[in-house]
Amino acid sequence: MKAKSTIRAVFVFGALAAGTAVAAAQEEPPTPPRLSWSFSGPFGKYDQAQLQRGFKVYREVCSTCHSLNLLAFRDLADPYGPGFSEAQAQQIASEYKIKDIDDKGQPIERPGRLADHFPPPFPNEAAAKATYGVAPPDMSTLAKARGYRRGFPWFIVDIFTQYQEEGPDYIAAYLQGYREPPKGFELPAGGHYNEYFPGHNTAMPPPLQDGQVAYDDGSPQTVQQYAKDIAAFLMWAAEPHLVARKRIGFQVLIYLIVLAGLLYFTKKRVWHAVEAPHESASGQAATKAGA
Amino acid sequence: MSGHSTYRPQSKFMQWLEKRLPIGGLVHSSFVAYPTPRNLNYWWTFGGILAFMLAVQIVTGIVLAMHYTPQADMAFNSVESIMRDVNYGWLIRYVHANGASMFFLAAYIHLFRGMYYGSYKEPREVLWILGVILLLLMIATGFMGYVLVWGQMSFWAATVITNLFSAIPGVGSTIVTWLWGGYAVGNPTLNRFFSLHYLLPFVIAGVVVLHIWALHVVGQNNPAGIEPKSDRDTVPFTPYATIKDTFMIVVFCIVFAWFVFYIPNYLLHPDNYIPANPAQTPPEIVPEWYYLPFYAILRSIPNKLLGVCALFASIVILAFLPWLDTSPVRSARYRPLYRQFFWLFVATAIGLGYLGSRPPEGVYVVISRILTVYYFAFFLIILPLLGIFEKTRPLPNSIADSVLGKA
Ligand code: HEC
Ligand code: HEM
Repeated sequence: MKAKSTIRAVFVFGALAAGTAVAAAQEEPPTPPRLSWSFSGPFGKYDQAQLQRGFKVYREVCSTCHSLNLLAFRDLADPYGPGFSEAQAQQIASEYKIKDIDDKGQPIERPGRLADHFPPPFPNEAAAKATYGVAPPDMSTLAKARGYRRGFPWFIVDIFTQYQEEGPDYIAAYLQGYREPPKGFELPAGGHYNEYFPGHNTAMPPPLQDGQVAYDDGSPQTVQQYAKDIAAFLMWAAEPHLVARKRIGFQVLIYLIVLAGLLYFTKKRVWHAVEAPHESASGQAATKAGA
Repeated sequence: MSGHSTYRPQSKFMQWLEKRLPIGGLVHSSFVAYPTPRNLNYWWTFGGILAFMLAVQIVTGIVLAMHYTPQADMAFNSVESIMRDVNYGWLIRYVHANGASMFFLAAYIHLFRGMYYGSYKEPREVLWILGVILLLLMIATGFMGYVLVWGQMSFWAATVITNLFSAIPGVGSTIVTWLWGGYAVGNPTLNRFFSLHYLLPFVIAGVVVLHIWALHVVGQNNPAGIEPKSDRDTVPFTPYATIKDTFMIVVFCIVFAWFVFYIPNYLLHPDNYIPANPAQTPPEIVPEWYYLPFYAILRSIPNKLLGVCALFASIVILAFLPWLDTSPVRSARYRPLYRQFFWLFVATAIGLGYLGSRPPEGVYVVISRILTVYYFAFFLIILPLLGIFEKTRPLPNSIADSVLGKA
């Protein structure tokens, strides 16, 4: 154990100091197209219908492989999120089977309740890994855990334009990024060529087809629409308080700007005696007399 | 803390207390009557901003610690639960996480201010050295706080940085094992980092008291870089400095709020939203932005031991600034050559910061080596020689004269 970790430590350091960062060796994948999101910008809000559709995609497609460990069924009733009614959330919960222990200490499966978290598709990570070669990542924070390099000068521009949607943009692009591998690209067994995935070889089989998930609000049942809806849903899952954050932020900023203005004029007033040219021969001396 | 107090307590209680514990007089002489140069510009408000940020970090940190679990299997989820389930937990965590960045931003501005106006020169050497100690303590505190999240970047940053000590010949690997509390970064490491991350801010607060004490003994420097000579050169701290500092703290808060409420993840690395996984090295390991210049210096040197020495030297060298700069003139205003080298130094530090975020290969390595050479040459060659060869401009007779343009 000791030898192994020391070797790892030396490896990590070597990789950094000697100048062979792993990622840099690969060519950078193309930039995901920038989509328009209801939750971007200073007044952004989640689109309830979109999150409900996204949840449907998660439930019918992604949940066979991806867990959503940090979310509870009660979160579905978040009025600033998917906005299901409590009864609807309860209904959804009861359709899931939750492992529990009964009064006699025996393992049982019971219908889910609002307080339960989403049950994972695999009993543990090793089982998930054994199935696909790579464990499908948990989806609770996925939209904040992915992105792409913006590069100079965009990373500076982003401060002012508030562009924070690299995660959902990447996810939507990744879900639609499956292509025939270009000539000469060696795709390992079990791999799938994806234009946007770093290194292009992803273990996730293309999960979406046109018409796969039935929408009842008339939205197009296309991979493009599915990809966008699930990406929005994942953004909410990762950042459930985004709407409150932006709303409070606006109020705080208005308050601070007004306060700063008032303080500025107070400061000018206080300093007047010192800064006005005709009186400025005085310093501490005059202020004492004046006060 | 300086001079004799003119404090006259008004209330009976304060008169009674003053005879037993003259705390009213202390506060009065330090924050009310204390004479400050009348020509201070807005760069002088960053000291107040720093004190404010320390308070913000301590208050938000204590609340976070009430909900945080320093245990390797639970730490990541406990931070997520703060973000999701604790009332306004997202706000507290984003204020703390972005607050660290704002703290460093203010500290770097404060430090460059000191360099530009020669605030480290006699008699302010001890004041300056206390500032360098504060910077070192902040660096240690910020690093350990970042590890507490126990995401991928936390874990691997901890691995890389603690490994720096393995470069020490002979005892290196023993020291690293001792730091880790095991044979790899793990639960014992997380526990001690939490303990120290809680402790160090209070050590910082203590050193801040010494820093301010030293300041009030020697007095503030000012843009003209000459000492006040009479009452005409100064104004009392209250209301003059108090109102100016308060105004700038609020302006600073506007920038701070922009980050917290609109782009709270801009300065955080996406990988830190992936739970720590010792079996998987992330494609790139980058430290927080405020360490990037030092990180670039580390990587620009091909030898590990020398790289680590350069890293530490790049910070510690600041403490020797009062003796490396041989010029008797303080302010860059009256030092035409120093002013140019100073701005080149600022550009170098920013350039190194950018290079620290890029993979260490090709042209990036070459440029970071050049900038590293300039970084050290600035202190070791340019500053000592400038004092001898630079022709400085004439100094004004007094602060009041410089304000009135009678320089
Ligand atoms: C058949 C199982 C399976 C299904 C169904 C599935 N995934 Fe995946 N997913 C995986 C695996 C395996 C990986 C790991 C891929 C890798 O790292 O190569 C993955 C990775 C991902 C990633 C991370 C990619 C990256 O950059 O690391 C995203 C995003 C993702 N899936 C989204 C989805 C969405 C959205 C759905 C539902 C529409 C979905 N997945 C359905 C198996 C699946
Ligand atoms: C000098 C002042 C401080 C600095 C610069 C600082 C810095 C940091 C940083 C950079 C993080 C990681 C933020 C993230 O990515 O989420 C962090 C986390 C944390 N800090 Fe501090 N901190 C300071 C003071 C304190 C104090 C006084 C406490 C406790 C009393 C504290 C408790 C915590 C806790 C519990 C976390 C983990 C939760 C989280 O990441 O949000 N901090 N700190």
